[in-house]
Amino acid sequence: MYRSLFARDVFAELDRLQRDVQEAFDLSPSIRGIGRGGFPALNVGSTPQAVEIYAFAPGLDPVKTQVSLDRGLLTIAGERATDLPSGRDDESAVHINERFGGRFRRVVSLPDDVDPDGVTADYRDGVLHVHVKRRESAQPRRITVQ
Amino acid sequence: MNDTTTVRNERASRTDAAARNEQRGDAALMPPVDVIEDRTGITLRADLPGVPKEKLRLQVEAGTLTIEGDVSIATPEGMEATYAEVDLPRFRRVFTLSKELDIGKVSAELKHGVLTLRIPKAADAQPRRIDIKVG
Repeated sequence: MYRSLFARDVFAELDRLQRDVQEAFDLSPSIRGIGRGGFPALNVGSTPQAVEIYAFAPGLDPVKTQVSLDRGLLTIAGERATDLPSGRDDESAVHINERFGGRFRRVVSLPDDVDPDGVTADYRDGVLHVHVKRRESAQPRRITVQ
Repeated sequence: MNDTTTVRNERASRTDAAARNEQRGDAALMPPVDVIEDRTGITLRADLPGVPKEKLRLQVEAGTLTIEGDVSIATPEGMEATYAEVDLPRFRRVFTLSKELDIGKVSAELKHGVLTLRIPKAADAQPRRIDIKVG
């Protein structure tokens, strides 16, 4: 279904196998499954003020990439054009073909305290960084003792 | 497909690279690549997301091409990683080149995390049309 960013990586394959085994034994997995291994690869981090999502998606056209947040679900979708020669061109040969090409969509479930109006996204060196602020009211506060 | 004109990516070169990694103790992710050959040379594209130009190292030595890059992403201070699919900050991949490739004329471009390498074939290795004389 998905093509991993890291094709032919033995450790990633072992990791996938382990996940499949885990999923088979887990009687109540998440309704969206474990999306690991698709394109783009995702890293997620958090600070008390915000949630940071890094999508490793090289070679995208930022204009054609959609980032949306709806009811706590962050969706990153778009298309990456393939650079391979068309089949009609018999002058060239494809020796290795591992890079992802085509449409993609990944969905991340965010914590409840995020602020839907505080989302920014930037694209740099092939990494899409989405910064989602947490709501002011949810942030830790120091309480002065009277 | 002509075996002598491919950028060979045989197991041998990968195990060499793995052995070297172990020695140096620095594991790296293997970037996915596309390798396309045409009449005049080879085009290699590699996905290296998060690697800026100044952190990319390309080396051609003794018939091998090494692509190595460090992932450099500005993260806010005190950020706690909660989930990671890219769990190493480095990419590395080694290819064995074949001798008709002209390593002196390699050109490289890095854009939006995609490295494009063009390795032309040496002039005397380029195909030539042979005229048939009719006697």
